[in-house]
Amino acid sequence: MHRFANPARFQRIADAALPWAVAVTVVLLAAGLYFALFASPADYQQGESVRIMYIHVPAAWMALFVYTGIALASAVALIWRHPLADIAARAASPIGAGFTFLALASGSLWGKPMWGTWWVWDARLTSVLILFFLYLGHIALARAFDDPVRGARAAAILALVGFVNIPIIKFSVDWWNTLHQPASILRFGGPSIDPSMLLPLFLMALGFTGFFVVVLLLRMKTELLAAKLRAAQLARLQPAAAAGR
Amino acid sequence: MTEFLALVRRDLQLAVRQGGDAALVLVFYLLAVLLFPFGVGPEPNILARISTGVLWVTALLAALLSLERLFVAEYEDGSLDQLALLPTPLPLVVLAKIVAHWLLTGLPLTLIAPFFALILGMDAAGYPVLILALVLGTPTLSLIGGLGAALTLGARRAGALLALLVLPLYIPVLIFGVAAVDAAMAGLTVAPHLAILGALLLAAIPLCPWATAAALRQALG
Repeated sequence: MHRFANPARFQRIADAALPWAVAVTVVLLAAGLYFALFASPADYQQGESVRIMYIHVPAAWMALFVYTGIALASAVALIWRHPLADIAARAASPIGAGFTFLALASGSLWGKPMWGTWWVWDARLTSVLILFFLYLGHIALARAFDDPVRGARAAAILALVGFVNIPIIKFSVDWWNTLHQPASILRFGGPSIDPSMLLPLFLMALGFTGFFVVVLLLRMKTELLAAKLRAAQLARLQPAAAAGR
Repeated sequence: MTEFLALVRRDLQLAVRQGGDAALVLVFYLLAVLLFPFGVGPEPNILARISTGVLWVTALLAALLSLERLFVAEYEDGSLDQLALLPTPLPLVVLAKIVAHWLLTGLPLTLIAPFFALILGMDAAGYPVLILALVLGTPTLSLIGGLGAALTLGARRAGALLALLVLPLYIPVLIFGVAAVDAAMAGLTVAPHLAILGALLLAAIPLCPWATAAALRQALG
């Protein structure tokens, strides 16, 4: 694992992987959107608004997936003092917050015609809203200190504590029998949804994952460059102090 | 164990001699509760209906108010470094400080809550459960809050940040605390809600001091 702790090696790998990741993401999202908007049937109950699901469900999956990734990266950063894991956790949280917001907003747009309300205080919705605030807290805490290392450590501890919310979100629809529908893909007995709808859903989910990878790599590269820039400015301002680091 | 009790006694003595935040927290609690009859109108039915939620939300905000100062004074005068150097494990030291914090804020809030319930006209059936739920819930609030206080130690705008970190984590306690009292007033069984509050507390007692100690070590560098 520490083979990849070298920022220069990471930069090389990221540079090599980025064009491929961008290409794959564009193809997946284009195919996913085509199937989601044109080549899949309307639902017999929900009509055309079922197409919101092809954004909503992958965004919600990504919200959980990204937070799990942040928690893992935070554990790695705290246990092995892995410098890139810190940067990855910090770079991922605004993206995760974006996905969470997208899931909440698209769910709200779907809820108005289907449930007749923009928002209900249902267990799933509430726990995802808490997740959104956990993301915001993570972003704010990581930036609240003059010393970036201290901010990263504090944010890592917060990310691990907040992880208790993830299983609560996943199982909220099973534990509390409220308005949000239970899982129809990852469940015992296989998916309960038609293959013609499953295909665009998976294409979109993969496309979202690709998008996450692309933005994460870009953000991590930017963070590394910013750190380099800071170090260079410090070295210029106080050569003796920088040499002592 | 003697160190643990000595630490709790030390914090209590400090609070007594310096005129701690406890009185301030209670005054805040009273004022915040008093805002609601003005805000929603003095209609007895409405006040009785929302009294549980009002008492829990204001108790939670009052607990939050005193959290920011939990470690700050000791962080600034350096005694936190000394506490971290004690042979006593740091999580135990943290737990002692949290216990003292609860005795100074959570316990008074719990004891005074029935009187506030009285002025809001809460149904008498809810009183015992309200006290029981607060006894089980407020220590969890102190434990989670201690973690937030340790994480934001030395941060810019620590107070606002603390609220952002801690309030989302308070929501489960709020949900089950209110549900227990509402169930009691509706004549339903309260045991499941109280059991979950107890479970939250039992999970928080070992986990929060441990994470708080880790956060304090980061703060001390």
